[in-house]
This record gives sequence, structure tokens and C-alpha cells, in this order.
Amino acid sequence: MQAPPMTNSDNHAAGLRRDERLEKLKLFGLASPALLLILVILVIPVGWLFYVSFVGADGSFSLENYQRMIESKSYARIFRTTFQVSFLTTAICILIGYPLAYFMAQLPQRLANLCLITVLLPFWTSLLVRTYAWLVLLQKRGLVNEWAMSIGLWDEPLKFVHNLNGTLIGMVHIMLPFLILPTYGAMKAIDKDYLKASSNLGASPVRAFWTVFFPLSTPGLFAGALMVFVLCLGFFVTPAVLGGGKVILVSMKIVSNIELFVNWGAASALGVVLLVLTMSILWIASRFLNFKNMVGGGQ
Amino acid sequence: MSESDALQIDKFKLDVAVIRLSVLEIGQQRSHKHEQLYERENKMLKIRTLLAMGASILATTAMAQEKTVTVASWGGSYQDAQSKALFEPAAANTGIRVKQETFGGMSDVRLQVTSGQVTYDVVSPSAGSAARGAAEGILEKLDYSIIDVSDFYPNLYTDYCVGTIVFSTVYAWNTETYGDNGPKNWADFFDVKKFPGTRSYRAKVHGALEPAIMADGVAPEDVYKVLDSKEGIERAINKIRELKPHIDVFWTSGAQHAQLMKDGEVDMSTGWNGRFDVARGDGGKIKYSYNQALLDYDCFAIPKGAPNRDAAMQFIAEISKPEYQDDMPKYITYGPTNAAAYETGEIDAATAASLPSSPENVALQVPVSLAWYEKWEKTASELYQEMLTE
Repeated sequence: MQAPPMTNSDNHAAGLRRDERLEKLKLFGLASPALLLILVILVIPVGWLFYVSFVGADGSFSLENYQRMIESKSYARIFRTTFQVSFLTTAICILIGYPLAYFMAQLPQRLANLCLITVLLPFWTSLLVRTYAWLVLLQKRGLVNEWAMSIGLWDEPLKFVHNLNGTLIGMVHIMLPFLILPTYGAMKAIDKDYLKASSNLGASPVRAFWTVFFPLSTPGLFAGALMVFVLCLGFFVTPAVLGGGKVILVSMKIVSNIELFVNWGAASALGVVLLVLTMSILWIASRFLNFKNMVGGGQ
Repeated sequence: MSESDALQIDKFKLDVAVIRLSVLEIGQQRSHKHEQLYERENKMLKIRTLLAMGASILATTAMAQEKTVTVASWGGSYQDAQSKALFEPAAANTGIRVKQETFGGMSDVRLQVTSGQVTYDVVSPSAGSAARGAAEGILEKLDYSIIDVSDFYPNLYTDYCVGTIVFSTVYAWNTETYGDNGPKNWADFFDVKKFPGTRSYRAKVHGALEPAIMADGVAPEDVYKVLDSKEGIERAINKIRELKPHIDVFWTSGAQHAQLMKDGEVDMSTGWNGRFDVARGDGGKIKYSYNQALLDYDCFAIPKGAPNRDAAMQFIAEISKPEYQDDMPKYITYGPTNAAAYETGEIDAATAASLPSSPENVALQVPVSLAWYEKWEKTASELYQEMLTE
């Protein structure tokens, strides 16, 4: 008596499972072009990079590319400079970008849009043009020095470019929109009623900002900061032009390694180390920050 | 050692410019026919795109019927001079269509050859890097039954690379800062007490150690003897390390050191003599000296597997003739490698005397040793880079 219903429900469950499998297969089918693309343009090249980094000058398997990095003192210094420059750029971007994003979020929409356009404006100009423009403005006999000296702000030309200062100025200028946009997005998504509620409960404006507004805006801020930081790690043009050859980053070393050692292994090994270091930093950051929130875009 | 290593970015910038130019060229060829159409259908971007595509297809088929060579050189005032003295006249006389590009030296050729994507037919590297390229097998052997080198100076061509200009790595100084009483030798260049001010020095090891070792008291004729050991190389690098606080910029291209001197950004710089002359012509307060300068030459070569090898050979044969070489000094102070270029009467006595290759100037200089670079380039480069990152 009891057997048939069981078979029925068994059949039913099996049917459901079959449907589920079918659906998963369909979804997989839909996702497969994207997965294939990721495989072709990401997984294979990165795998290739790892493989090549273990190929020595004579074409056999060897650790010489990594050995060189340990033996030669310059590599450690270059990695330190790279992370230092990236960190400083990110920090300055936050200090400038966050207040600006906050200011824009308070403006009426029409004005805010205007501000957004001015923030985006640099994107429409070539990176090279902007970098060289800084050189023209900031060099020893550049506009800024000439002007400041003529009105007596300082007597000796200040060294703005061909050093770390110049590198940071140029990089902050180029990276700023990457920080402002997600931060602004997160701020706009904050329900104004939360702030009203907090002042209704007696919070001062400062308290309301720090305990309600700021925490709600952090996903956007962190997303922006992370983007800036990671982009900085691989930056080439601006530090090469504004650093005066004295601020040497990993990207520049990769170029000179290709020129010097003729094989891809030496350069690939640098790429691998940078990739691993960056991934570790992201992994450590993910222990403290909520990545899902960032990618989800705020709420 | 090389005439100039334009930064990768410079190269990219110029690549873009070249692409834009060729698009413009196509546009000009076709624009008359389509002008009215454009006006009428101004807003229809799609049609425009289609037309441009059609035009480019037509242009490609037209091009395929004539001989074409792609020439890559160093950009800036140097390539301008090559273009006016060599490439354009030779193109007009031979009917070979010339496409010019800029490159970053043999490393670009190496990338093209090793990846099997060769687009350059003729390249203009420095003799030293060409020698290394030849040893690696990335250059085609030149056919000297086509290229006439009978009047060439004997040490200015090899099996794989035929000389085009003689240049010098010199020290230049700002005449506003030091007047005419500039540095007399490399020791003065390194002496910041006697000549206070900022310096610029090369970011690569090529042509960087010889001046330093001379400044440290080694006689010009012993330079490569002393540098022929790791201790010698370290001695030279230590000398640069001493000067480093006063080196504001480590330059990476000829255009850059010319600009730095012209703008007065630094008071002294090493660099290639012709670039400084052009910068002075543009109003720069610059002087330089051949005393203890490094004598070197640039050449033309064909990358292995160049798409238009035969046309390239013919083109190199043409631009190596004295009647082309004798025009180069009009645009930039680099000397010819073909001795017959002095016989045509195009180079007057005063110009000849100002060139790096004039006998009086040659006597003052140290010829760059290709053998030394073959042996020590990697070691020296690593040590130099280490000093740079300190």
C-alpha cells in the first residue's frame, strides 16, 4: 500500500533533481562564453606567465629568475618603492577625494552632475598629455615656479618634478576619479532618513556623520581605494616621466629586464611576484573588509 | 651607446600619430569624392565608418602593387633629419613607398623577431646593439653586391649593419650658468665644487661608465682596460654614486636630454651632440665639447624575416650613397660614414670641422668599444641599476 506513493514521490524528487541538473546545465551553457573568455584572456596568460618565469636563459627549467631577485638588492628596493608610492597615492587620493565626494553628494543634482563632469574631464584627455603638462607646469623654470617667485612666495625654484613629489602629484591627479566615483555612488545611495533619525535621537551633526554616514559610505570608499592602489602597482608612464629616473617601480624594471636579459623569464618572474604580493594584500584586506558589500555597490 | 632610446611611451605616442596620419592620408585621397556625401549625411556615423573601411581596403590594394618599406628610427630631431636628408628623397628617386615609425631600439626588433610578427623592414640601431642583435641571429645579412660600401670608412660597417652617421656622447653645459668657461673634461663635469649646479645623466649603463672612469683619473686610452674587470666597473659606478645627489634627472631619450638642457632644468648633461645643436638652434643656451667624448656610430639593418627584405636592401643601398649622406649635416651635426660624402661639395669646410667625424675631433675622443659591451653589458647594467635604486 505504501510502496506506490513512495515511488511517486521518489519519481517526483528524481524529476526535480533532473530539472535542477538541466537548469544548472542551461545556466552553465549561458555562462560558458564568458567563462571561455576568462579562460582565454586571463587564466591561460597568467598560467603562461608563471610557466615562463621558471624558464632560464638557456631554455631549461630553472629558478635563476627568482634567485636573481633575492641576490640583487635592487629588487627589494624596487618593490618597496612601488608599494610606498602606491600607498601614498591612495592615501592622498582619500584625503582629497572623500571630502570632494561628500561635498558633491550634498549638492543639488544639477550642480552635482556638473561637478561629476569636471571630475570626469581628465578622463577625456590623454594620460601622456596630462603627465607632460605637469612637467611643463612644475619644472624648475616652469609656470608655477616662475609665477610664485615673481610674486615672492619663494626665492629658489622648488623641486616639484623629477622626484617622488612629482610622481605623487601626477599619479594622484590621474587616480582621483577612480576614488571619487565609487565613493560618490555609495554616498548617494545612503538614505537621508538615517541621518534625520540620528539627529532626532539627539546626535550632533559630527556624531551623525561619524556613526551613521561614514560607515555607510565606506564600501564605496574602500572599493575606490582598492582600485587606486592596485592600478598604482602597475603604473608606468607617469612615474617614468615625472620621477626623473630616480623613482623606479616594478613596471619600469620589467621593461629594462626585457631589454637587458632578452628572455621573458626575468620579466615574468617580476610579474609573478607582483601578482602574488597584490593577491596577498587583497586576501589580508578581505579578512578585515567586507568585499561582498564593495562589489555589490553599497547597500 | 645608442643614438637615443625614445621612451616606450614616446614610441607609443608616435605610433598613434602614425596611425592617425595614415588615416588622414586615406581621408585626403578619398575626401574629394565623398565630400558632398559627408555634408548631406553628416550625422550618419555608420556610413562614414563603412566608407572609411572601404577606403582603407582600396588603399591597401593600391599599396600592394608598389614596393613599400617600413623604416623605424629614434624619432625627434634625429629622425626629422633622416627623413629630410635620406628617406623622403630616396623614396622619390626609387619609387619605394616609405612608412616611418619610431622604435625603442634593438629590444623592439627582438620582440618582433622572437614573436614572429616582424613589421619593420629597415631599422636604425646603434652599432653596439646591432652587433649584439647580429650575434643573436635576429638580423638579416646585408648584401654588399647591392649596397656599395667601397668608399666607406672600413670600421663603420659589418656583415649585418651598415653605418649611416657618426655621433658623439658629449658633456653639455648651460652657458647662462657657466658662461664660456664651461667644463673642460669629464673631471670638471663630476666636480660640483668647481662647477656647482645640477646634472643629468643617462639612465642606462651605455656611455655612462666611460666618462666616470675618466673623471676618476684614468687616461682616455686606458678606459676599456680599466673597465675590463668587475672592480673597474664598480670604481666607475662609485664615481657616479658620488655625483648622484646632484643628478636631478636620469635621462632615457635624446629628445629628453635636449629638452632638459633647453629648458634650463639642469645645468649640465651628458648626451648626443647633434641633439644639443638642434636644441641650441631652437634657442637653448647650450654648449658642448668633443674633448674626451665617446665616438660611436648608428647604422641601418634589416630584421630577420622582414616582410619586404629585397626592397629594404635596395632602399638601404640608396640611402647609403654619398649624395644622400652629404645632406644629413644640414639638419643635425652627425658625420657621414661614407667618405665620398665629403667629396660632393655639399658639406662645407666649417660644417665638416664641426662634425664628430672630423679628424681633429676624432683625435680628441674615445672610440666606443663594441667588444667591451659584448663582454660586460649585463654585469655592468645590473650594477648600474642597483646604484640607481639606492
